[in-house]
Amino acid sequence: MTAPHDRPTATELLEALHEWMERDLLPGVNGRLQFHTRVAINMIDIVRRELELGPDQEARHQEVLSSFGMGDDAELAAAIRSGEFDSDLVDVLNRLRPVVEDKVRVANPRYLL
Amino acid sequence: MVVSAHEELEHGLARVLNAASITNLQRLSGGASRETWRFTADGEGYVLQRVRAGTVGGFQVEPKVLSAAHRAGVPVAELVVDGADRTELNSPFMIVRAVEGETIARKILRDDTFATARKVLTTQLGVAAAHLHQIDAASIPGLVADDQMNRYQTVLRDLGEPHPVFEATFRWLELNKPESTSACLVHGDYRLGNIMVNETGLGAILDWELAHIGDPMEDLGWLCVRAWRFGGAFPAAGLGAYDELFDAYASVTGVRPNPEVVRWWEILGTLKWGIICISQAATHLMGIARSHELAAIGRRVCENEYDLIELLAERTQ
Repeated sequence: MTAPHDRPTATELLEALHEWMERDLLPGVNGRLQFHTRVAINMIDIVRRELELGPDQEARHQEVLSSFGMGDDAELAAAIRSGEFDSDLVDVLNRLRPVVEDKVRVANPRYLL
Repeated sequence: MVVSAHEELEHGLARVLNAASITNLQRLSGGASRETWRFTADGEGYVLQRVRAGTVGGFQVEPKVLSAAHRAGVPVAELVVDGADRTELNSPFMIVRAVEGETIARKILRDDTFATARKVLTTQLGVAAAHLHQIDAASIPGLVADDQMNRYQTVLRDLGEPHPVFEATFRWLELNKPESTSACLVHGDYRLGNIMVNETGLGAILDWELAHIGDPMEDLGWLCVRAWRFGGAFPAAGLGAYDELFDAYASVTGVRPNPEVVRWWEILGTLKWGIICISQAATHLMGIARSHELAAIGRRVCENEYDLIELLAERTQ
């Protein structure tokens, strides 16, 4: 719960919305609308997970960027593009793995192998 | 008397096909630049694709590719009318004979109806790819070469959203570029979702609008991209092993695809789909087409970053 707001918390609001869509909305729709409803439910879950995991993930992202001596993704992307990391691209990818896994953990955790 | 757009299209189709009756005309899907319609003319089923009013593009090449593929024995919907330069339907079009079957990947991969089809589909896709790659590309006027690396590098930069994993992959692809096997007709979107499957197997290869001249291994790599496995456990269309696909291909061409080269194209394909995900979300964000479905695709970008790390780490360990 984030002051000064009352309960339900942001997460609890999203949970309530998810439950209603799944229980009452989804059974009554078909075809394209059913698919679009599922997409909407997924989006609610993405936001809910980002609220929960986002702050820690932001810190980890910054740590990884700092380990490259970079301030943001744009800077790192530009350095890679310029060929600066050509001799150890696989190492670069492995160091970025925790950041990418964090993104998947929010967007679609079932995707992780 | 007011004639609706629907009736006008019916009349146009009757003229084009010289048909006494047009029935069951229904819109199937709406792409950004094309409309697809299904209809019956004098008892026979057809599919119409027409350029959407007000958009650029046409059917200059695709009908020619389709006929060439048909002549080469590749399973395709048979071209009935090449309307690239015709005006009866107000914008360029083509009409093909309707093919029965299923295109929805999840059904093909999971429904009992397709249990028999699943056993033979990988081999059929390998054979069909080999046949289509043997078509004389020079016989198709207007078919052009397409440098996929260059194209998607430009797309990514124009989108202006930095992705270090994608940049690292571009560098890796550049430094590990294989010698081109040959330059031939490439389908350009050879994957589950773009094939019609019936109970016995492959019915037709659809969606030839991205056909171009390129490396034949592009089609095999794209077929194996994880997104096009739709949750299936195996690399080739989610259904088959690489070996099964390559053996089938070699049974036609006599040359077995080099797995390393196909892998290079699978990596480029994964990168390409990742970039397409960014641009789909951008279509929403820039207000070209506001859609929560397009918006959600933006959060699939990271699946491709994840796959690329898996692919490249696995390769070099």
